[in-house]
This record gives sequence, C-alpha cells and structure tokens, in this order.
Amino acid sequence: MNSLGEAFAAAWRLIAGFDAELAQVVGLSLQVSLIAVVIATLIGLPIGAMIAVGRFRGRQTLIVLLNALMGLPPVVVGLVVYLLLSRAGPLGNLGILFTPTAMVIAQTVLITPIIAALSRQIIEDAWREYDEQLRSLGARRINAAMTLIWDTRFSLLTILLAGFGRAAAEVGAVMIVGGNIAGVTRVMTTTIALETSKGDLPLALGLGIVLITLVIVLNALAAVIREMALRRYG
Amino acid sequence: MLPLELDQLTFSAGNAAIIRGISARIEAGPRTVILGPNGAGKSVLMRLCHGLLTPTGGRIVWHGAMNGGKSVDVRRHQAMVFQRPVMLRRSALANVMYGLKLAGKSRNQSGLRAMDVLEVVGLAQHAARPARVLSGGEQQRLALARAWALGPDVLFLDEPTANLDPASTQDIENIINAIHASGTKIIMTTHNLGQARRLGDEILFISNGRLMEHTPIDKFFRQPASSEAAAFIKGEMPWQ
Repeated sequence: MNSLGEAFAAAWRLIAGFDAELAQVVGLSLQVSLIAVVIATLIGLPIGAMIAVGRFRGRQTLIVLLNALMGLPPVVVGLVVYLLLSRAGPLGNLGILFTPTAMVIAQTVLITPIIAALSRQIIEDAWREYDEQLRSLGARRINAAMTLIWDTRFSLLTILLAGFGRAAAEVGAVMIVGGNIAGVTRVMTTTIALETSKGDLPLALGLGIVLITLVIVLNALAAVIREMALRRYG
Repeated sequence: MLPLELDQLTFSAGNAAIIRGISARIEAGPRTVILGPNGAGKSVLMRLCHGLLTPTGGRIVWHGAMNGGKSVDVRRHQAMVFQRPVMLRRSALANVMYGLKLAGKSRNQSGLRAMDVLEVVGLAQHAARPARVLSGGEQQRLALARAWALGPDVLFLDEPTANLDPASTQDIENIINAIHASGTKIIMTTHNLGQARRLGDEILFISNGRLMEHTPIDKFFRQPASSEAAAFIKGEMPWQ
C-alpha cells in the first residue's frame, strides 16, 4: 500500500515537472493518433455517408460487416500490418516497420471502420428526416450526402473524438508494428506495459494518469461542443 | 408545365391500396385544393405528383413540359412546402440559397434572390439567424420563401398551416396568395374547410384513395355531388 502511495507521488512529480521522457512519449502518442484520426476520417466519413444515402445490392451485408469491423482485435490488426510491412512482406521495401508511420497505418486500419460505421448510422438517421425535403429541392444523392455531413457535423465530431480515444488507448497493434523502441516508437500504452513489467511504477502510473485525463477531457469537450451547437443552431 | 393529367393513378404500399385509380386534369390558373379526411391519401397524391413517390400504376403527364415531344426536367419547375418543414442547420438566408445553388445559380444571384424573398415573407431581419431556432410560424414562412425563390411553375403545399396558430396561419395564407398572384400554380392539401374556402378556387375531394369530386369551390359547398363530401362538410361544419 505504501509503495503504491510512493509510486503515485513519484508519478505526480514526473507530470508536474514535465519530465522529458514522459513528455516525449505523450507527444508521440498524440501525434500518431491524431494523424491516424485525420486519415481515418478522410476515408471513413465518405464511406459512411455513401452507404447511408446509397441504395445498392449488398448494402445490408456491408453494414453488418462494417459494424463487425468496429470490434477488430488490435493485435490481429497489428499482426496483419506487421506481415505487410515486414522485409519479406509485399510492402517490405518501404522500410517503415518499427517507425511511427507503421503505427499510424495500424491505428488507421483500426479506427476507419469505427468512423465509417458510426457516421453511417448518424447520417442515415438524418437522411430519414431530410430525404423528401432535399429531393424536393433538387438534391442528388451526392449533394444530399455532403449536406447531411455538414448538418450532422457536431454529432460527427463526437465520433472523431471516440476514434481518437480508441487509437490513443490501444496497445496491441502499435506494440507489434512499432516495436516499442525507446525515443522512437514508444507511446503511452506501450510504455505503460513495458514499465509495469520492469517494475518502474512511477512512469507507468504517470502515463496512466495522463491517458485517463486525456480521455476524460476529450469526452467533456465533445459534450460541451454538442451542447453549445444545440443551443446555437437548434 | 401545366396542364397536369393524372391517368388511372394508383399507389399501394405493401398490400394497402392508398390511391385507387385517380384520373383528373389540373389546369393552370385556379388555386387547387385537395380536400379530404385524414388518411384519405391527400399527401400521398401530392407526393406522387411532385415525383417523391413512384406510382404503382397509371400515369402522370405534365402536358406543358413536353418540348417537341421530349419531356424536360419537370422537378426543376416544381417546389413543395411540407407540413413540417426540414430546416438545414445553417442560417435562414443559407437555407433559401441552398435550393438556388442546387438549381445552378451563382452565389451572387442566389444571395440577391434569397434576400428578396426573405423580404417578401417578412424574415429579412432574421436572415443571419440559424433557421432551426426560428419559431414554427417563422420556419414555415422560411419554407415558403425557400420554395418560392426557385421560381416554380407549380407550388405544392401539404397542410402548410396544420401546426400553426391563427396569426401565423394568416401570414402563411397571405404569402400563398402573393405567390399565386405572381403567376405560380398553387396545389395544396388541407382538411380544414375554412382554409379551403379562403384559399381554394377549385376542390379535388378525395376519400379513401378515390377522387369523389372535382368542382369549383362554390358548387362544392353549395351542393356537393357525393354523399362522402356532403358528410365531410356536415361533419366539419355541423352548424350549416
């Protein structure tokens, strides 16, 4: 119990003192996850919108598949990306295994289905309300898709934050493709895993506190933005 | 665009027949009111005419839209105002400009035209406000402005005042008359006899998916030809 208290105190000193190693790890975490969210949004949002307003064969199957992909096990994603990027793999000559780029790829694969599936749901719900009005005004499906993305922008922002949270908190995939190399590919989650097994609790705990705080702040931010938007735009 | 001809029009959803063989010819000019009890098929008939629903049988022909035998894009020449208008999450002005931009107007043209119609419906001072925070009556006026801005040959209105108080209703009716005066054909549904009388020149009385009467307004109220219409009038205005 006492050692736990000491570990907490030490963790707090690291955070309060802007410990260089801790800051570096947090910084890389944010950078990798942020880039992954941006790329996943550029891919996932149009996919979600097109499925939402589209009418084509196999649509229902695609939705089921997409929803299932939301639960992709990170270690499996890590393994597949690892095989693709390893020397003998099809993308081996890129030489990006064990770099932050590989981690961005793994996280993007992980959260693109989440952003596509959740945005599909939100946009489709809005489409039910807007459908006749938009068609009456002369909107084609592609116009409608873009209009709906814009009109649901505050709800969609919540999804992006959820995707970011998932990416930042994930450990299996980045561990495999990043390799957890100190100063290069070490992020919050992988460092926590490593330091815990080494018995260096202050750093692990400090990062844990930062990680949890980050998740809470993100969710609070999402709630505040939605609330403000509702009040302002109805 | 007009005349509009409906030829043995039918529509069913699943096993339920909603429109059962309606034939009618609607001419340019008079304000046409589609009247009937709730569930008669008024809204569905209007959605079929506007092209939001596809008939399961029969034909809809816009005779005036045949250009040397070829049909032109008829939807561009129509607009519709719904019972509960859907406002986009943007300003009132941007809501009106939305349809204009879809119709291919430049940003400049759209802006000028949108401000003009907002002025006419009395919403110019709210142009910059988010549309969804306007009151119900204001939203419906905005919906009218958005439809009118497109300069349609035909304007469909589906129970446009069903959810509004008397003052807002009067505003809406005045605007409908102004749109009529500007040369746009008005086709509207209502189940309110007072409104039918105030706004209608001719009545299409629908009951249970069938067209029971197509008559000038005076004749309809003086001597309804069908027992259904007589019963509807008596039920709505028992003092007469």
